[in-house]
Amino acid sequence: MTRRRDEPAPDLSPHMADEVAQTTCYMCACRCGIDVFLKQGADGRKQVSYIQGNRDHPKNRGVLCAKGSAGIMQHLSPARLRKPLRRNGPRGSGEFEEIEWEEALSLATEWLGGIRETDPKRLAFFTGRDQSQSLTSLWAQEFGTPNYAAHGGFCSVNMAAAGIYTMGGAFWEFGAPDWERAKMFMLFGVAEDHDSNPIKLGLSRLKARGAKIVGVNPVRTGYNAIADEWVGITPGTDGLFVLALVHELFGTGRVDVAYLARYTNAGWLLVDAPGTAKHGLFARDADGKALILDRKTGKLVAWDTPGAVPELTVDVTLPDGRTGRPVFQRMAAAYLAEDYAPEAVAARCGVTAATIRRLAAELARVAFEEEIVVERPWTDWLGRRHDRMVGRPVAFHAMRGISAHSNGFQTCRAIHLLQILLGSVECPGGFRFKPPYPKPVEAHPKPHGDTHPCAPLPGPHLGFPAGPEDLLLEADGSAQRIDKAFTWDAPLAVHGMMHMVIANAAEGDPYRIDTLFLYMANMAWNSSMNTGGTAEMLTRADDKGDYVIPHIIYADAYSSETVAYADLVLPDTTYLERHDCISLLDRPISEPDSLADAIRWPVVDPDRDVRGFQSVLIELGARLGLPAFCDAEGGPKYRDYADYMARHERRPGIGPLAGWRGDGTQHGRGAPNPDQVARYRENGGFFTAEIPEEAQFFKPWNAAYQDWAVEMGLIDRPQPYVFQLWSEPLQKFRLAAEGHGEHQPPDHLRARIGDCFSPLPAWYPPFEEAALDPAAYPLHAITQRPAAMYHSWGSQNAWLRQIHGENPLYVPNEVADAAGLADGDWARVTSHHGEIVVPVRRTGACNGHTLWTWNAIGKRKGAWALRPGAPETTKGFLMNHLIHELLPPKGDGRRWTNSDPVTGQAAWFDLRVRIEKAEAPAESLPASTPQRSPVGTGPDDLTYGGKP
Amino acid sequence: MTTLPEPSGVKLGLVIDLDICVGCHACAVACKEWNTAAYGAPLSDQDPYGADPSGTWLNRIHSYEVTPEDAPQNAPPQIVHFPRSCLHCEDAPCVTVCPTGASYKRAADGIVLVNEDACMGCGLCAWACPYGAREMDAAEGVMKKCTLCVDRIYNENLPEEDREPACVRTCPANARHFGDLGDPDSDVSRMVAARGGVDLMPEQGTKPVNKYLPPRPKTRETPPPARPDAEEAPGGFLGWVDRALALLD
Repeated sequence: MTRRRDEPAPDLSPHMADEVAQTTCYMCACRCGIDVFLKQGADGRKQVSYIQGNRDHPKNRGVLCAKGSAGIMQHLSPARLRKPLRRNGPRGSGEFEEIEWEEALSLATEWLGGIRETDPKRLAFFTGRDQSQSLTSLWAQEFGTPNYAAHGGFCSVNMAAAGIYTMGGAFWEFGAPDWERAKMFMLFGVAEDHDSNPIKLGLSRLKARGAKIVGVNPVRTGYNAIADEWVGITPGTDGLFVLALVHELFGTGRVDVAYLARYTNAGWLLVDAPGTAKHGLFARDADGKALILDRKTGKLVAWDTPGAVPELTVDVTLPDGRTGRPVFQRMAAAYLAEDYAPEAVAARCGVTAATIRRLAAELARVAFEEEIVVERPWTDWLGRRHDRMVGRPVAFHAMRGISAHSNGFQTCRAIHLLQILLGSVECPGGFRFKPPYPKPVEAHPKPHGDTHPCAPLPGPHLGFPAGPEDLLLEADGSAQRIDKAFTWDAPLAVHGMMHMVIANAAEGDPYRIDTLFLYMANMAWNSSMNTGGTAEMLTRADDKGDYVIPHIIYADAYSSETVAYADLVLPDTTYLERHDCISLLDRPISEPDSLADAIRWPVVDPDRDVRGFQSVLIELGARLGLPAFCDAEGGPKYRDYADYMARHERRPGIGPLAGWRGDGTQHGRGAPNPDQVARYRENGGFFTAEIPEEAQFFKPWNAAYQDWAVEMGLIDRPQPYVFQLWSEPLQKFRLAAEGHGEHQPPDHLRARIGDCFSPLPAWYPPFEEAALDPAAYPLHAITQRPAAMYHSWGSQNAWLRQIHGENPLYVPNEVADAAGLADGDWARVTSHHGEIVVPVRRTGACNGHTLWTWNAIGKRKGAWALRPGAPETTKGFLMNHLIHELLPPKGDGRRWTNSDPVTGQAAWFDLRVRIEKAEAPAESLPASTPQRSPVGTGPDDLTYGGKP
Repeated sequence: MTTLPEPSGVKLGLVIDLDICVGCHACAVACKEWNTAAYGAPLSDQDPYGADPSGTWLNRIHSYEVTPEDAPQNAPPQIVHFPRSCLHCEDAPCVTVCPTGASYKRAADGIVLVNEDACMGCGLCAWACPYGAREMDAAEGVMKKCTLCVDRIYNENLPEEDREPACVRTCPANARHFGDLGDPDSDVSRMVAARGGVDLMPEQGTKPVNKYLPPRPKTRETPPPARPDAEEAPGGFLGWVDRALALLD
């Protein structure tokens, strides 16, 4: 290289790593592969010098987001816990003494052992974003408590439940858009995660091919900023907007009739006998199979009869004389109704009728006139050979913004309906499932809640009810679970209702508990509605002065707000110091063309007296004598989590990890392999197996896919199925609400179930706004997740908090004008439940009736090792103070939860508020009281790195 | 005063695609992470856990609400995310203003660097830069700036495929591209030609090497196409369903 004589000669080839360790990121739930550069530090210990994306990894293919690159600062956070802690001050104060692990584990065993021997349901064990649910759920099942779930109930259960009940899979972890082939892409209610890097990679691929991106979101940040078209929808009306698109597709005759006939229940016959117990259920043959009217033979035959083609529009007289009506007819009647006409919904949605008509026409044009073909023959489950794979290149993705409403389940169903009407699920260019999905709802377990002392639960806690008979109710109709999941309040609460646990436990409704055991969920702060109220519940005492929740055990790596409320703190490691398993038994990292799972492993050893929580849980399981964690002699069955990952079998030959089983050459199925974790490490921390080409599309119906899924251990026998546009389970609940059947809801819920359990996707107004005077609370208020922060974690990160150290309330210009608000002013925002006073910034790039802010930036003083005056504690704020876990009182004395009535999903985004200008307070209101930090505060300054 | 070298013809730089930048800050953090460990002094942070955290960053992302001049009335503003770093100008005022020769432009590839051993921290270069692309490190008292990862792009200890700036390697949206803008046939030059890439503030006469690709126009509200009505098709609504099913028979 030419260099001028007087030019300096810097070192152009610095040595940046002694070794590069490949593991899995944990800066959010995306689970990208990372290359961790390690160098020997001055103290002789390995130090992390750089983290980059792993180019070979199926999730991120080398790229990495801001959070991932800031992993060093999380790994070195001053908020890291150092040793087990036992509370020695009042709850919430943060006053602790450090204790040894033996003492901590003995104490936990004493509390938990007593519960298990007497009444296991007095333990409530709930976990956050931990990605180890296949272990934690097994542990809770073995313990015998019905009170277990992870955080899905307050995150995106609507998305998961609606997807699985409708089409046997859902967005994000269970499926993905065909980024390589889609020509039009619609993104609903997705902030800048779920999932982070794959969406960015995908949007880039779409842009490179000139595909059109439409963002439907009240706020125009992030992905919506780069969308070709932004639909600034009013919160809670997405379902109405989508069904108006459906109305247009029906009205213009642009639905994929052939697809509906083959791959959905559009042709299944419904018993049409209003007022009777069977109305709206499928007409079935003697084997219980739903019937269709075969066009070719004119006969009633089972839906899966080879060669049969269902009539879609013809009523038929059933053998018993009743009328049978195809689902398609009911759909046409429902969606051609003027309620869903663009003009009828435009004002409510904040989207013009012309836009709705144009978008419907565009979707139809791309789907039907720009169809794509992949020249691959395939065979369906009935033996029909197809010469090629025809694709409808419109793809959709939706996530939490859709979920977090009390009409979210039906809205998610509506989005799936739209995809299916366009014939764009599991075809080239559309939405595609990722193994272990697709899987019909019948392939999932039912929920279990029957509890007995010293005995495991008879089956998994969480499952998919098929009707009222599967609810978890005691004989007197009371809830078996503390969160009231799987009751008439929330029959399909398939992820549980973590957001109701503390409130119900404090009220003793349905019963009191003894120990609340939480892992990695900031329930005393940003992960609970009604933050102030939650703190009161956690510290509430009875007449004798005893806490109404007698024991709280909390496991976390960092000094969060929730730590302060624990009686016993089990300190976890950081993600670079632990084993973890991203399992096909849990939330996989597969892609549409491949199955994949992954591990984390300790690329550095902890420099504190902390232990990976999963290993601690396994040890507690052995100490408590839980059968799955004990060997034949009653001793510990597993050394630690790594040992469990390799040796645990869920079914014979099926374990947490799919790769390199048996002698190391078997994948999917095979005996446990003691070298398995080492093989994962050698392979960069992950395993991936490509789906055979013939099996990559039309998976629910593709014989080659079904066979491959059996071979890989995803299912034990082929389970082809068709999409359930008409949901019979929902209709069963509705029939019960009408008074049919032996399982009857309480009277106060009959009307709501009738209104909200439509077996076809429908829309109804969100509950909170329906309960309030819209003039008093005219505005919506929501949060968005910033791309560079993940929940509460980012504020302890020296680099990320320089990006998002505070969170102004963004106010649309027209609202700001009316309230006389300028940038930097403060405003009082009032809901039916509370008020906050917060700093304001004006914006034009959002829905005109919607206030918004970044999620979880506000922090309690003293938490996260932040120093006094940190802007997160003075200007930052939580919207949570405005949101109640209950709906506004109806005067009937009942506690109506602020949740979706079908799934129990927390309805965060139903929030309604008003705004007015306020005098600037000294700090955001409500001001937090300080908690004492068990780890002190971070240093004055930081110079990380230095010349290699 | 420091003189600029005779240009060699090679102009290494970045092309940043504002049409796809989602404002995620991945590039900024990856940059900080690499450069705090590599070239020169670490990129320090002051009061990192306190009331007024600040630090040295070589790349920062700004977000603006923008209403295009030709936008229809009442069109809502767009948000444009704008990554800002050194543009490695051909006529770099930060170099010519430097009293010690610490600030220099490499003859071979045009990268503008600071020789920290010669930097006295006077800050003149930051004043001279119209883009605000230089930051004084508060701990070390030396001027820091984008090095175009000069210690990556030629680094023989890195695999060949990784010899690109950290920001480019990490960008999840593929909005950042690295190459020789002096070569009209390079990928980056072709991209600039195809997409109408622009100089930032050309009126400053600095001749930036880095280029920005402008956001593509957004969908404008247009009347929906004529609406075929299923009811008006032969046989009405049921007629088209029947014809579609007949294809399956």
